[in-house]
Amino acid sequence: MQAVAPRLNGLVRQVPAWPLYVLGALPGIWLVWAGINGGLGVDPVKAMEHRAGLWGLQFLLASLCITPLLRLGRVNLMKFRKPLGLIGFGYVTFHFLIWMALDLSLRWGEIGADLIKRPYIVVGFLGFLALTPLAATSWGGAKRWLGTQAWCRLHRLVYVAVILGAVHFVMQAKVWTMEIIAYLAVTGGLVGLRLIWLRSW
Amino acid sequence: MWKPDLTRDDVTPERIWLNRRRLIQALGAGSLAGALPFSAAAQEVLEPNTWEEITTYNNFYEFGTDKGDPVRYAGAMQTQPWTVKVDGLVDNPGDYDLTDLIGDLPTEERIYRFRCVEAWSMVIPWNGFELRALLEKVGVQDDANYVAFETAVLPEVMPGVRRPILDWPYREGLRMDEAMHPLTMLATGIYGRLIPNQNGAPMRLVVPWKYGFKSIKSIVRISLTAERPYATWEASNPREYGFYANVNPEVDHPRWSQASERVIGSGLFARRQDTLMFNGYADQVASLYEDMDLTVDF
Repeated sequence: MQAVAPRLNGLVRQVPAWPLYVLGALPGIWLVWAGINGGLGVDPVKAMEHRAGLWGLQFLLASLCITPLLRLGRVNLMKFRKPLGLIGFGYVTFHFLIWMALDLSLRWGEIGADLIKRPYIVVGFLGFLALTPLAATSWGGAKRWLGTQAWCRLHRLVYVAVILGAVHFVMQAKVWTMEIIAYLAVTGGLVGLRLIWLRSW
Repeated sequence: MWKPDLTRDDVTPERIWLNRRRLIQALGAGSLAGALPFSAAAQEVLEPNTWEEITTYNNFYEFGTDKGDPVRYAGAMQTQPWTVKVDGLVDNPGDYDLTDLIGDLPTEERIYRFRCVEAWSMVIPWNGFELRALLEKVGVQDDANYVAFETAVLPEVMPGVRRPILDWPYREGLRMDEAMHPLTMLATGIYGRLIPNQNGAPMRLVVPWKYGFKSIKSIVRISLTAERPYATWEASNPREYGFYANVNPEVDHPRWSQASERVIGSGLFARRQDTLMFNGYADQVASLYEDMDLTVDF
């Protein structure tokens, strides 16, 4: 790692961050295309809903890997952190919209009831809500406007959001599977690392 | 007594439904906003789902928890020969070869709505016979109050049973009046073909007014009991899954509403459909539950 890291960092410095937005959007575009053209099996609504949600969680978890990579591996991918987080937010939003429009057919009565009484939906929705101020303050000026300290404190909400997201993923399942345990472990590990760092400061 | 409101004539020939699907897909691809009215038409005519829909979207956790796992893995299951143990309070208990047990029972086609507890639904043209016919053949004793069923556990071909996803074997049960009801059938075919392994070959239960998980697959044991038998999902989470598991739009699953359902095969932009009491079979079965509080015995 020590030998690889400087070379990798040099390479990363030459690559701009913006293509990541394009790359990150591609699976979403494919998902819509495949859904419309019958490429997602016999239940395209569930397939789209689940994939968008899972990708949201995956991109958020990826964004949480950036700091440990820097601190533990000396690999600097910091410029990709914001795109990864925003793409994650994009998929979480897409997941929420699919749920409302395609899964529940905009039946507002049922949507409203679910958002209040169904624990796993409440948890998922709170996770989405926790992400919105982060996305809203992701532009460059927001840090200056809020002050770096307040901005950093606000953005710790990402840990809350990702925990809620992982718990939502666990709660929607009918049984425990290796996949679910794996996501829970990765989420726990990435957030746990921050707790360890917090204590050692 | 019971008159089927759907007959063999209601099965849409494969050639026609294939064309219909293609037309709908083509239209759906062309107009996003205008695609909504399709499902309204689907509600008026009860049209069976396609072979592909019925046989590629399955919950059969013995083969994995993904809906695609059963079709992926179930092919390895050997269903011939197949032995079914019949025991408990019966006149003729024993380990029966399936052909000996059901070979002389005439099969018929029944087109039933199928409503999953996960709030999706299909329409399936089953081939099979009434469970009652088999029970009468083996001789039910007077003190039998329930029928219990068990699914095969075959670790070599079932990836799911190697892990404690559920307490294997999968078990389900019916009250005697439910088991003897003319709507309750054992299915050995779909669309006139042998039932595919992923749908519960060689023989599965079909109870159309109950959530799908009651309709146990690949049955290897049928026991007549005096006491209410163990039921896998009820045991796994009694708050969420009841023994009766009657389709009921007014009794929600704790995690989601049961008031409506997504109709598999109706496309990406189809609307949900209202769920019917007893899945549309209230006229035939509501009398079985007259004295019960369905919010308690759900």
